[in-house]
Amino acid sequence: MTTALPITLATPAEPVAIISLSSTATEILYAIGAGDQVVAVDNMSNYPAEAPVTELSGFTPNLEAIAGYEPDLVVISYDPGDLVEGLQALEIPTVMQRAASSIDDTYSQIAELGTLTGHAVEAEALNASIKEELAALADDSVGTGMTYFHEIDNTLYSATSSTFVGQLYALLGLENIADPADKAGFGWPQLSAEFILEEDPDIIFLSDAAWGESAETVAARQGWGALTAVVEGHVVPVDQDTSARWGPRVVSFVKSVRTAIEGF
Amino acid sequence: MSLGPARLRVWWLASGGLAVLAASLAGLVLGPADLGLGEVLAEMANRLPLVEVDSGLGERQQAIIWEIRLPRVVLGLLVGAMLATAGGAYQGVFRNPLADPYLLGVAAGAGFGVTLAIVSGAGDGVGILDPVPLSAFAGALAAVTLTYLVGATGSRLDPVTSLVLSGVAVASFFTALQTFIQQRESETIRQVYFFVLGQLRTAGWNDVALLAPYTGVCLTVILLVRHRLDALGVGDEEAGSLGLDVKRMRLTTVVAASLGTAAAVSVSGLIGFVGIIVPHTVRLLFGTSYRVILPLTVLFGGAFLVLADIVARLVVQPAELPIGVVTAFLGAPFFVLVLRMARRTR
Repeated sequence: MTTALPITLATPAEPVAIISLSSTATEILYAIGAGDQVVAVDNMSNYPAEAPVTELSGFTPNLEAIAGYEPDLVVISYDPGDLVEGLQALEIPTVMQRAASSIDDTYSQIAELGTLTGHAVEAEALNASIKEELAALADDSVGTGMTYFHEIDNTLYSATSSTFVGQLYALLGLENIADPADKAGFGWPQLSAEFILEEDPDIIFLSDAAWGESAETVAARQGWGALTAVVEGHVVPVDQDTSARWGPRVVSFVKSVRTAIEGF
Repeated sequence: MSLGPARLRVWWLASGGLAVLAASLAGLVLGPADLGLGEVLAEMANRLPLVEVDSGLGERQQAIIWEIRLPRVVLGLLVGAMLATAGGAYQGVFRNPLADPYLLGVAAGAGFGVTLAIVSGAGDGVGILDPVPLSAFAGALAAVTLTYLVGATGSRLDPVTSLVLSGVAVASFFTALQTFIQQRESETIRQVYFFVLGQLRTAGWNDVALLAPYTGVCLTVILLVRHRLDALGVGDEEAGSLGLDVKRMRLTTVVAASLGTAAAVSVSGLIGFVGIIVPHTVRLLFGTSYRVILPLTVLFGGAFLVLADIVARLVVQPAELPIGVVTAFLGAPFFVLVLRMARRTR
């Protein structure tokens, strides 16, 4: 994860016109108290509710539209081409906070945004609280001995334990069935129905519940009715956003997984 | 070499049947889950009435055989047979060795239909892909109809050329529409791509039930007219002078081949090259008369696709290559071979 602060431009000590094109960065900014310094967030930033959502896109960004808000700090997590270059040319301070590859990235991104927005103290407190809560949730490895399949979509793409979300599951002691399927170490292998039947995971987590998948649709799939997870009712929908972002709500994600396991 | 009319020899059909059997068995035995040949045979024997054999397989492994592998093999046989025979029929009707079942815009129309279905959110819901096959089918038929309407309107071009050109135009149009929609709704790209690359991985008995009647009817029609395809091969005017109703013959064949292709495409996506590789290989091995080729393409087409599917399943397991990639890898060098052979026979 790299930060790209243009060397020739210094950010103001307390920027007051922040644009966030990353839904995770939006969550972090509001969590550290910098919310009232934000003037625009991208169309995918749906949390918190008070964030000023606009039609700006973090994936197909339009330089002119961004500049139109006259920002003094732009936070992005993805540069499709020459976005950073363009912003530099317009002399707009930019911070790139790529998708976290581990929880440490989350802590450092929170600290960085805290420093940049003049909320370093709140950022440190937030980090401490996240650390504490995660430690408490991971305390007794409630999921030890259980295997799981994390479904990203109905074409059976999954995330291995080396990914960010995989590491969160690992905090609870859960074992990922997708690991042996990812020989290249890419992190998001596509599995087949046959493989899943053979591995027979104890739990199935559906992060595509918002796209129509549920315990019923999974049970209706050809051959899936024989899975242990389906028979025992261990098919758990998880929130698409909290399972894919790396901000302060990782705690609520881990909590939801733990609650599901405790309910078995 | 006898000089009489081409005859379909029985042992050719038998070898085709053997190919189907071998491919099917391989398709049932091979895969990421380790199931032995003996266990698979025992499991199948167990389902015969009055036979009770304990195959020693657990419930999930049985589910793998009956609900994942078997429908997949059956669907592969049906789709392969349909695409290969439709390809052969098209080659006869258009007198062009490179004609394939997607010539008249079927592929582009199906792709567009699927894009519309997925983008409008119809991909959600319990029957995961249900609206998708229907829209693929509708799109494919719409494209072919449009091609025919545009291409068969008394132009000065010879009807075959006119149809082909109109097919190209219609295909380009639908492809452009599809690209436009996908650009605006880019989150659905993976789902659409998944369909476009062709797959048998989500084959279920529903798909088999959907496809079987179309395949049955269309293959029967094509097989019934295969003698006349030979006559058509000498040229429109010559065939007309032999008493063949050329226009009607062409229409019947194209309708049967397109309908069957549209149905196949709607359940398995756009699998390419089957309609070229199989008819040409059969021609090389058994002779060029359509009387001989078409029944054999039914058998060898099915076996070919099942084998391609096995490769798709094993090469990067447990992930799977889209089957269209496997057939393309085989198809590209094959095209070169066909071109070189065509040059040599001149």
